[in-house]
Amino acid sequence: MSEFSVIGRRLPKVNSWAHLTGEARYADDLFPPRMLYGRLLRSTRPHARIKRIDVSRALAHPGVVAIVTGADMPEKMGIMPSTQDETALAVDKVRYVGEPVAGVAAVDEDTAFEALELIDVEYEDLEPVFTIEEALEREDVKIHQTSKRANVFKEVHLSFGDLDGGFAAADHVRDDWFFFEGNTHAPIESHSAVASYGPDDKLTLWTATQVPHYLHRELEKVLGLPRSRIRVIATPNGGAFGGKSDPFGHEFAAALLSMRTRRPVKITLDREEVFYAHRGRHPVKMRIRTGVKKDGEITAVHYQSWLDGGAYASYGIATTYYTGALLTVTYRIPAYKFDGVRVYTNKPPCGPKRGHGTTQPRYGFECQLDKIAEDLRLDPLDYRKRILQPANSRTVNELRITSMGLGDCLDALQRATRYSERRGQLGRGKGVGLAGSAYISGAGLPIYWNEMPHSGAEIRIDRGGGVTVMCGTSEIGQGSDNMLASVAAEALGILPSDVHVVSGDTSLAPVDLGSYSSRVTFMAGNAVKDAAMKLRALLFAAASEKLEVPKKRLLAAYRRIYDRDDPEKFVLFADAAVLAESKHGTLVAAGSYQPPKGIGGTFKGAGVGPTPAYSYQAAVAEVSVDLETGTLTVDKVTTAHDCGRALNPANVEGQIEGSAYMGYGEIIAEEQVFRGGLHKKPSLLEYKLPTSLDTPVLEAIVVESVDAEGPFGAKEAGEGPLNPVIPAIANAVYDAIGVRFDETPITPEKILDALGKRDRRGQPKSRIGPDGLNGGKSDPKNALRRLTASTAARERKRMS
Amino acid sequence: MKELITLRVNGEPRTVAADPHHTLLEVLREELGLTGTKHGCELGECGACTVLVGGAPVLSCLTLPALIGGAEVTTVEGLATGEKLHPLQVAFAEEGAAQCGYCTPGMLMTAKALLDSTPRPTREQIAQAISGNLCRCTGYTAIYEAIEKAASRNGVAGAEPVRRAGGANSITGAKLP
Repeated sequence: MSEFSVIGRRLPKVNSWAHLTGEARYADDLFPPRMLYGRLLRSTRPHARIKRIDVSRALAHPGVVAIVTGADMPEKMGIMPSTQDETALAVDKVRYVGEPVAGVAAVDEDTAFEALELIDVEYEDLEPVFTIEEALEREDVKIHQTSKRANVFKEVHLSFGDLDGGFAAADHVRDDWFFFEGNTHAPIESHSAVASYGPDDKLTLWTATQVPHYLHRELEKVLGLPRSRIRVIATPNGGAFGGKSDPFGHEFAAALLSMRTRRPVKITLDREEVFYAHRGRHPVKMRIRTGVKKDGEITAVHYQSWLDGGAYASYGIATTYYTGALLTVTYRIPAYKFDGVRVYTNKPPCGPKRGHGTTQPRYGFECQLDKIAEDLRLDPLDYRKRILQPANSRTVNELRITSMGLGDCLDALQRATRYSERRGQLGRGKGVGLAGSAYISGAGLPIYWNEMPHSGAEIRIDRGGGVTVMCGTSEIGQGSDNMLASVAAEALGILPSDVHVVSGDTSLAPVDLGSYSSRVTFMAGNAVKDAAMKLRALLFAAASEKLEVPKKRLLAAYRRIYDRDDPEKFVLFADAAVLAESKHGTLVAAGSYQPPKGIGGTFKGAGVGPTPAYSYQAAVAEVSVDLETGTLTVDKVTTAHDCGRALNPANVEGQIEGSAYMGYGEIIAEEQVFRGGLHKKPSLLEYKLPTSLDTPVLEAIVVESVDAEGPFGAKEAGEGPLNPVIPAIANAVYDAIGVRFDETPITPEKILDALGKRDRRGQPKSRIGPDGLNGGKSDPKNALRRLTASTAARERKRMS
Repeated sequence: MKELITLRVNGEPRTVAADPHHTLLEVLREELGLTGTKHGCELGECGACTVLVGGAPVLSCLTLPALIGGAEVTTVEGLATGEKLHPLQVAFAEEGAAQCGYCTPGMLMTAKALLDSTPRPTREQIAQAISGNLCRCTGYTAIYEAIEKAASRNGVAGAEPVRRAGGANSITGAKLP
């Protein structure tokens, strides 16, 4: 018999019914009376000075009500306070094709489109910078004047332990280069915001955002309106995956257009614009040097990454640190050096995508471990188990490890897939691959420095026994509303379906920092549990008096508070609420959560990496490679994930399967790539998301380590399970055809190239991937010449 | 210039004035207030806007209302009957087949068309049927399981769809901790 009545049960999500009947209201579903339709004009140039914007023809167009440009909102903004380099709409300069330049509000959408055509923008083109190599070298072209060296955005160097000693003590050193291609979130719902500035001089913004609180702060800064007069309501997000966690130009433009017109204004991005809004996975070049003893014990790791950040900062400072921060939490590493550089390029800004900054290094490192295991003739699964970072320990970079279920994940995978017996035994063209990983259950520090809680929740019990939970979390499909209802219901002895959830509303709910870094279950879960336990104490005091049973003998479940020793002696929850309100007054309680101190180091840069608890996961991929066509088929992905405790197993499995799906898409096909600054695939026709026919069989295995600090023992499940899938597939491809893919994605073209079948001159290769920063292919100047020529050719074609 | 368009939507005759170049998706959402049908790409790539016309799934973002005549249009709002949910809706909730819920209305309509023509589909038939409906959250596994569950309850006595007010959160037979 479970000790819980709600936790651990496969109950339908409380918000399912709205989703399944069409009653859920996403931002684009809102049509307030008198609403105007907004559209954004976007830059057609990758790098140019704006010499002049003339909106007079557009303003004169019948049906156009208002137009705003960058000059109306020149205040710098951005998600990270220390690196704000964006404006809501471009001011003076554009830095990527698709950057918003002006916003129009009109009586209908057709008119708004027509108006965009009538805005005259005169650009003076500047030389663009498109690659990491160019960005590092071109001192003569500055995307941002703030770059001290060429177009470097951020450079970090951290060193822990005795690196030289570690490498000197190694019996074997591997030195490998990797490249992880950029890709994007592609949620099915495009970004949308509705702003309404009322006659009381208060602004309400309904928007598909993961970070209503941070957006609230940026709206104040940019609009010059006190936060007390702004209300942000995060509407249900139709998928986000990190792509809706920055403040965006359309949100500010809708707000200002509403302030100017005193009418509600909606701006919904079309699919092409979503590719420009981006903030997705950074392309990263990596060099990893790892020293090991004969038995595989790691003696030192030197990890270097070069991140292509695109045109603006976004979360880039955190991303840069994340590429180096979490390699140490899975396996014992006694000496570690991390060098990271993020550069600006004239492409849509990169940011956080599921696995934020840890996905790329995890891919490289787990592929390298597979090579080390092969070099030392070790079984990759058994090898990983022997070098695990222990539970309740500190890593070399001072990260606190508590519960640690990676070993259990590996055991579960071996039982489920018989990986060790099958590796190398499936014949040419078939293979199995393995990888492990870890992720954070919420960033240990907020984005802006403060000593307030990371998450707050408020619970109110009404006289009818109704329970309302208020929390600033944003429901992005990950199930946060259901998590809030479930934790409150378990603590109060009711059912999730009894709970009303008010989330993501800056006026009605206490601050939660947002749905990013997989922080919500751990942090908001603890906050709502804190509030619920306070009310539970009041209810128990009243019930104890009524039943004449000591409080410590009381339990609560299924809408009753009852005597543990005699369950027939009980008070109904609704009656207990009346008794408690009579005794204590109105039943409202607030709870909050702040991560403990001392979970990370104190050095500069120590803020990224610490978390109250790491999730652990591992995956086994089974693949088939068609040796004639180069087609890679992933037959099955089995992922075992240590989520602490599964508050709702159905939802945890859904997160694990969804992560596996997304990781699969990233390695098999998805890439956010450009030609001369133009996105090559800005539609779902070209940027192919895996369909039901492509997606492998996905199996999720839930491993529970029951974390001492998590709410009822829970840790994250939304991001970590993506990470091991990508290297597991790459390692499986090696098992199948003996070719190392040290770059993503693994396309049929690359497989044919590796097999020597791409053209008549082809030679079989044992590896596809970079050999250095320039990939040994060509120098940046050559790339630039080619680029200039192709751009000129395109322009000539367009003109003729 | 707007024109009068008469449609049969979820069993009701509806006449609206709309621009003739506006799609069925726009007319449903903006003229009839049926916002359950979603727009994801407006280019027929994602399937989020799927509705049934004469019982067959169509992409409403690529369909002009004038071209469908008097054919019956069914949207997600027409899936439940009064207070009784469709077995697909119940099964989707039970299996966690809707995460963000944005592809869900289109997915449900495609699944309904499948079950109406193939009451006991194989997993391959399900995968084929929903291959035009992109889901970015689930990896499709829970969706397969939900459609299979709904199919297994099709016409089975005693499998009455639950009422929508969280009926599946039943406390009947529950054991106290």
